[in-house]
Amino acid sequence: MNRKQIISRLLQIVIVLIGISFLTFLLTYVSPGDPVRHMLTATGTMPTEELIQSIRSEMGLNDPFFVQYFRWLGNCLRGDFGHSYMLNKPVVTLLLARLWPTLKLTIMSTVLMLLIAVPLGMLSAVYKNSWIDYLVRGITFFGVSLPNFWVGLMLMLVFCVKINLLPVISSGGGFKDMILPSVTLAIAMSAKYTRQVRTAVLDELTSDYVIGAQARGVKFWKILWLNVFPNSLLPLITMLGLSIGSLLGGTSVVEVIFSYPGLGNLAVSAITSCDYYLIQGYVLWVAVIYMVINLVVDLSYNFVDPRMRLKR
Amino acid sequence: MKKQNFFIKNKQFTFFIILALLIVLAAILAPVLTHGIDPTAGNLKEAIMPPCKEHIFGTDKMGRDIFARVIYGARTSLTATLSVVCIIFVVGGLMGVFAGYFGGIVDTVIMRIADMMIAFPGLVLALAVAGILGANVRNAVIAIALVSWTKYARLARSLVMKIRHRDYVSAAIVTGSKTPYMITRYMLPNVLPTLVITAATDIGSMMLELAALSFLGFGATPPTPEWGLMLSEGRAYMQSAPWLMIYPGLAIFVTVVVFNMLGDSLRDILDPKNE
Repeated sequence: MNRKQIISRLLQIVIVLIGISFLTFLLTYVSPGDPVRHMLTATGTMPTEELIQSIRSEMGLNDPFFVQYFRWLGNCLRGDFGHSYMLNKPVVTLLLARLWPTLKLTIMSTVLMLLIAVPLGMLSAVYKNSWIDYLVRGITFFGVSLPNFWVGLMLMLVFCVKINLLPVISSGGGFKDMILPSVTLAIAMSAKYTRQVRTAVLDELTSDYVIGAQARGVKFWKILWLNVFPNSLLPLITMLGLSIGSLLGGTSVVEVIFSYPGLGNLAVSAITSCDYYLIQGYVLWVAVIYMVINLVVDLSYNFVDPRMRLKR
Repeated sequence: MKKQNFFIKNKQFTFFIILALLIVLAAILAPVLTHGIDPTAGNLKEAIMPPCKEHIFGTDKMGRDIFARVIYGARTSLTATLSVVCIIFVVGGLMGVFAGYFGGIVDTVIMRIADMMIAFPGLVLALAVAGILGANVRNAVIAIALVSWTKYARLARSLVMKIRHRDYVSAAIVTGSKTPYMITRYMLPNVLPTLVITAATDIGSMMLELAALSFLGFGATPPTPEWGLMLSEGRAYMQSAPWLMIYPGLAIFVTVVVFNMLGDSLRDILDPKNE
């Protein structure tokens, strides 16, 4: 990517963010729940109609929609995402505290996934149409159909309840707490990736340079590891960017199962208790992270793919 | 005669369409299969019974028969999933065809909205939408449809763009074909096969997403028999009553496998690249 493309991408990110902020704000605005009522009930006060009205006007909830939206957006730009009434803390503090555990979980499950998917995918590509290939393809087929929350529950049943090896509740966020959640996520992802690795490696194996190198007498395993493998990583990087982004937001199911202290878990409880500022903040944050990761991935092509460097 | 040949020629497809039809039939004939047991009526005297002769999948904490709930759950899951797939198929497909055919401002608006949705992890937005609208199956369907239609729009648009400036299309316009005629006779037939394949392969993953939403409590609400919800209800009894989790999970798994296989074999048949 050259400078012009980067600038246009950044502009696109800004436009998308404005759209998403508008959408989430609109949704919370039209939603049937009343945040003030929720807030008062959460603090244990009996909500009277007068009290609700006075707090509503104090919080500016009676202002026209666009006035409210732009005030909120302005505050967000200054780094103030509002105050969570559920946990009585600023939204930024809450999100920051939960970001690192989710990031750790994402990284660990991605590494695990690669450890499973790359060898399996390569094996099944190299031994195409042999029994190994059929076995791997069969496993991946069942893998994509498994609901990840069910896998999580079954792992929990076996490792925590039956043989008492690991903690049932992973609320500490330490290494031992991360094992089962990341294995669950890795199993679900690796089925998809094994297929991708297989396709990518097969694509490379059939290209002319492989035949050329073999004709010159280069050992097959050398070609595989030194040429085919690095080349087939390229399409995987794009996918990885997308998955890491969606993992950051999509780990909620697994986080809830294992009571893991991550962003997803926070978001689920925020949604359950109608904590609107927290929901809005969370959605915006995940969107920013997701888009930044994808931008970084696209930029990384400049370094990974020599053809991109030559183009400039 | 020709029809018979088709089913014999595509054995894999035939096998899985029969299985899929069996699942659909089980959902339709639920009252017959369960001998009229009400999936929502409990009997506290029979709470948390392990699988036995009377309750082959056991009972839950309210004494409700798990087998009946699993079978009735197929109704909830299948209707919800098929509605999601139909909505995104129709809305996404039409949006994409309009964007590709008309171009200009229509294209820009539709595609920027699609960009917005795609540049964003789907489940997060679906969670927020379903949570804010309130938990029920209809809202879960809306939430997932809202974040998934863009894929079809992009696909349909790119297919329309491919033929939009072909000579025969221009010729049809020059000879006076009206826009609705152009869209229904020229654009849609060109788009449909690919969209149908995509829709068929998407059924499984949509079902998983819906079950996940219900599992988190943003989809079906008790006492609706729904597989994701049943899993989340069974969680608390993991140690004492694992059958509460095993059977609904298996039901999801088997159904998703069948529909995924069906989608794959349909793709193999319809995709011209495989010939």
